[in-house]
Amino acid sequence: MGWGWLLVLPLVLFGIATHAAELRIGLSADVTTMDPHFIAAQPNLTAQHHVFDTLVRTDERSRPFPGIATWRTIDPVTWEFTLRKSVKFHDGSELTAEDVAHSLERPLKITGSPGGFQTYVRPIVAREVVDRYTIRLRTAAPYGALLQDLAEVMIVSKKATAQATGEDFDRGKAAVGTGPYRLARFARGDRIELVRHEEYWGGRLPWDKVTLLILPSDPVRTAALLSGQVDAIEHVPTADIARLRKTPAFRLEQTVSWRTILLHVDQQRAQPPGVLSKTGKPLGRNPFQDLRVRQAMSKAINREAIAERVMEKLALPAANVVSPSVFGHDPAVKPDAYDPEGAKRLLAAAGYPDGFTITLGSPNNRYINDEQVAQTVAQMFARVGIATRVEAMPLSVYFGKARNKDFGVALLGWGSRAADLALRSLAVNADADKGYGTWNWGGYSNRRLDELVVQSLGTVDPAQREVLARKASALAAQEVAFIPLHYQVVTWAMKADLSYIARTDEFTFAHHFRPSGPEKRDK
Amino acid sequence: MISFALRRLLQSVLVLFVMSALVFTGVYAVGNPIDILINPQADQAEIAAATAALGLDQPLWRQYWNFIAGAITGDLGKSFSANVPAVKLIFERMPATLELALVAMLIAIAFGIPLGLWAGLKPDSIPGRLIMAGSILGFSLPTFWVGLMLIMLFSVWLGWLPPTGRGQTVMVLGVPVSFLTWDGLQHLFMPALNLALFKLSLLIRLTRAGTREALSQDYVRLARAKGLSMARVVRVHVLKNIMIPIVTVTGLEFGSLIAFAIVTETIFAWPGMGKLLIDSINVLDRPVVVAYLLIIVLLFVVINFLVDLAYTALDPRVRLAGRST
Repeated sequence: MGWGWLLVLPLVLFGIATHAAELRIGLSADVTTMDPHFIAAQPNLTAQHHVFDTLVRTDERSRPFPGIATWRTIDPVTWEFTLRKSVKFHDGSELTAEDVAHSLERPLKITGSPGGFQTYVRPIVAREVVDRYTIRLRTAAPYGALLQDLAEVMIVSKKATAQATGEDFDRGKAAVGTGPYRLARFARGDRIELVRHEEYWGGRLPWDKVTLLILPSDPVRTAALLSGQVDAIEHVPTADIARLRKTPAFRLEQTVSWRTILLHVDQQRAQPPGVLSKTGKPLGRNPFQDLRVRQAMSKAINREAIAERVMEKLALPAANVVSPSVFGHDPAVKPDAYDPEGAKRLLAAAGYPDGFTITLGSPNNRYINDEQVAQTVAQMFARVGIATRVEAMPLSVYFGKARNKDFGVALLGWGSRAADLALRSLAVNADADKGYGTWNWGGYSNRRLDELVVQSLGTVDPAQREVLARKASALAAQEVAFIPLHYQVVTWAMKADLSYIARTDEFTFAHHFRPSGPEKRDK
Repeated sequence: MISFALRRLLQSVLVLFVMSALVFTGVYAVGNPIDILINPQADQAEIAAATAALGLDQPLWRQYWNFIAGAITGDLGKSFSANVPAVKLIFERMPATLELALVAMLIAIAFGIPLGLWAGLKPDSIPGRLIMAGSILGFSLPTFWVGLMLIMLFSVWLGWLPPTGRGQTVMVLGVPVSFLTWDGLQHLFMPALNLALFKLSLLIRLTRAGTREALSQDYVRLARAKGLSMARVVRVHVLKNIMIPIVTVTGLEFGSLIAFAIVTETIFAWPGMGKLLIDSINVLDRPVVVAYLLIIVLLFVVINFLVDLAYTALDPRVRLAGRST
């Protein structure tokens, strides 16, 4: 089929000459609304980041840096944000501290949302507008993760969104932001059309017009790129990566994503579901509560083989809860080497020379090759004596069952901007009042880890906080709070004359696409 | 006639009721939308608040009761993920699906009936046999595969047509339609062809069978003996008599076209109702799923009613049920 590319290439070059400053991107999931405070879903945020800005931005390594404001801490519970001057909204009005105060309050007033932004603004107990461009935020207790949280809350115009409904945002009336593009048209399920904001504070942008096409079906997204209907796509289907890499008309950008694929193991109940002896009788005690058993399970997994064969090199073996570039990753902690003999010895020492049986739950339509990874891990466990049955199901059914703790071992993917934030949800003892351990399916409980995480989150100085976060991450790895498998790799594909700075947080931003190479687009 | 209509109306309401109960229970049993839509950073208090806000903490019968109470006033709930009334979401996407289904049906009728007639009138000729072989392919090849092949052929290899999406639309009577612009037609061609293929094959075979049967009837032989031309016999006599099964199937299939254009819409990223349904099922967006299925049931009921009315127009011997002959 090589000759097919010869037909495409002239079209590509023709496209470059005529459509000078327009960019079309194929997105992989539907955008349900343009209201940035309604539901915290990544596809929505991808589109909304084009129209709105945040106080704090994150770079491609997920590290915070100033967005429309700079900050300093006056004392451990008070943060002062100074806005940039002359930041203009799309309707021409200027950004002031009143807009910021309103935007930080609005998520708390949203009704009917299944998953909003309250968590990010709730730590802020007081908002004080000092002057036109300065606002002070006070937290109840010292809270170092405020920057990561504020990177998720978009700033809207107080005037335009005072009584706005979701539909006002979708029609564009209320979608007034300070972002690089203004919303021209939101056709739900079809496309989002954006036009350059001429008075953008960040300077001149490379594209006049941006169209985000919604193409959730994998082969269709690739076909759209191949036929020239779009200039770039996100989340390239695994099956097409090798082919696109060999094609000179296209270019791939990849990086390690923030998504860690891990296995939760039930360490709380005496009789986890599905965990029995090889003869089918109950074991009488929970094998996962023994550190040696958890270590054995981790050693039994050949992460390199999974990354190479099952994930087709789209994975990096993991030991930390967060991937290498993320805040709190401890480089000294290395993934367990594949050691099935060592695993068997550990199991024998723990009192399970014959092993036992378990059930492994996994989604089958959420993460890259999730079901295949689960099946491979099951076979690796079987080699060391732990007979494993895999129950894979669509996400809509899986999450309900997993949160209900129906599985002894359950697969989960987690993306986070900081190790202490991730551990707070995944490994800290569940506490409904404080909001800890909401995703701690294994019921893991370690006082020392809880203390470290809480201390880390309560440290406002970033350097000190990173030390503590790394310690917490290392402790979780040593004590095998859960079993990390790998970090996914995220891929973008685009025409060869474009470049994109691949982001760990998997976001796709039109304004980060740049023309490159000899075929430069004019204007 | 009035009693017929009234009886039909009552039956329809009953069907809608039963359908709503079934769908409601079904989606409820599959899973909890909060688990899927919740912000991963949310804490337990927020999850509980979100659950209560969507009314999901109440017992099933109570949720159903609230739904019925709202449905009577026309409010079928707000989409969980889009914060827009479910009915509005569906009606927003309906013109796209209707347009696709209508164009597909037109293609199927415009090509299916003539080709079927040809195959029926000259069954042993080469074109006749080719048409029949083609029709077998038409309904055995999976829509998904055919769609992808069409994209490969026309978009990637030949570069003639855009692979996905809906083209430029113009407003006609307040409804956006895309078949009036050249760009719209370019986008419409492949999905409509893909959707029409099955029905086209069906119509070809149906028409051929009907034609073969009609041609052996006495009235056709009499007409030919009287000296009428074959063309007139076919146009005036044969066509009318084979129309009843064709109209039945067309009516039923049109409902299917609308309801189950899901595969075509997914492949071609056509922003229609079918795609909305799949996306909503995946995130357990219950108001949209229930509203969609109820609207589809209503559509089927209306189409069947119209088909029954069409019978009496086509065949004066048929009386609407309920009248004595």
